[in-house]
Amino acid sequence: MKRILLLCAAGAAVAAFPAVAKDAATAEFEKFRDVLEADNPAELFEMKGEELWKTKRGPNNASLEKCDLGLGPGVVKGAYVQMPRYFADVGKVMDAERRIVYCMVSLQGFKAEDIARQPFSSQTHTPDQTAIVTYVAGQSRNMKFAVPMNRPEMRETYEIGKEIAAFRAGPYDFACNSCHGEDGKRIRMQELSNISTHEGASKSVQGWPGYRMTGGVMLTLQWRMTDCFRQQRFPEPKYLSDTITALITYMSANAQGSLYKGPGIKR
Amino acid sequence: MADPMKIRAQMKGEIADIRVLMSHPMDTGQVKDAKTGQIIPAHFIQQVNVSVGGKVVVEGQIGAAVSRNPVFGFKVKGAKAGDKVVVSWTDNKGDKRSDETVIA
Repeated sequence: MKRILLLCAAGAAVAAFPAVAKDAATAEFEKFRDVLEADNPAELFEMKGEELWKTKRGPNNASLEKCDLGLGPGVVKGAYVQMPRYFADVGKVMDAERRIVYCMVSLQGFKAEDIARQPFSSQTHTPDQTAIVTYVAGQSRNMKFAVPMNRPEMRETYEIGKEIAAFRAGPYDFACNSCHGEDGKRIRMQELSNISTHEGASKSVQGWPGYRMTGGVMLTLQWRMTDCFRQQRFPEPKYLSDTITALITYMSANAQGSLYKGPGIKR
Repeated sequence: MADPMKIRAQMKGEIADIRVLMSHPMDTGQVKDAKTGQIIPAHFIQQVNVSVGGKVVVEGQIGAAVSRNPVFGFKVKGAKAGDKVVVSWTDNKGDKRSDETVIA
């Protein structure tokens, strides 16, 4: 209950604080992050993910080296910044985590229901796909976002994502855009990015997957999106739902052309 | 067997800069599992040793106050490029891990 009250207060704070220039607390945290980025524990998960990618596992005893992330079977370099993309083999737009889980199911024979049971990291458990996403993301470090928007399916997904971001509902009549739709908003200490702009969207997709120092857990963009819905008091989307892919498409396409710095570190 | 460490070792002028990322839960033994309500038993690294070129340069005792997946940095005088760096740890359950790299 205490947690719920706290979050209500956070919601109110968004409305109460007008645009603030970059404040001292944010600047201090950025310094802290700069120091830590050089030694980001996310790299441990990259190593783990690489091993998982290359090891023969699952009921089919197969590795993921035949997994096509859009650039051909097994090509990992640069794949992350070119997702979400439309995959003709399944006729769907998929983001990185969704595609990786698809490969784990179709190539390695894991069961989607088993993976969906505990899809995100906790203090005691890091799902395999989280480590694999971190590895794949690390292989796009210092590359520019180049989401292939030339497909009509991608443009459609983008428009759906844009709609979802603006969709107000739930007990607080909230939408993603209530916090992330205009410049200069913040919740408590956190400045919020405006995902409808190139700059804001770049900030939002940057640093995911991220290692969260609170608790020391590795989290993906899928997790972040799902958590946004929780904070809005929406029903929780199913793991790897179209909704989340659409939102990630919307943000990634808005961030098109910006430099991806690799898995990040979060507060 | 614990997961591997990530070690970076580089000469910066006269000084070797060694940075180590360790994969370890570092449970303090004072936290309860949110689901079961049971205390998560203490499980943390107690001993960290670093040797450069066959010579021990760090023998450290650490404890539960160090974070999960800890990062360590050492600056070592008298090392040179090509020296072998060996980092090893032992935790309170007797688990061990040793990894090595070469100074670049």
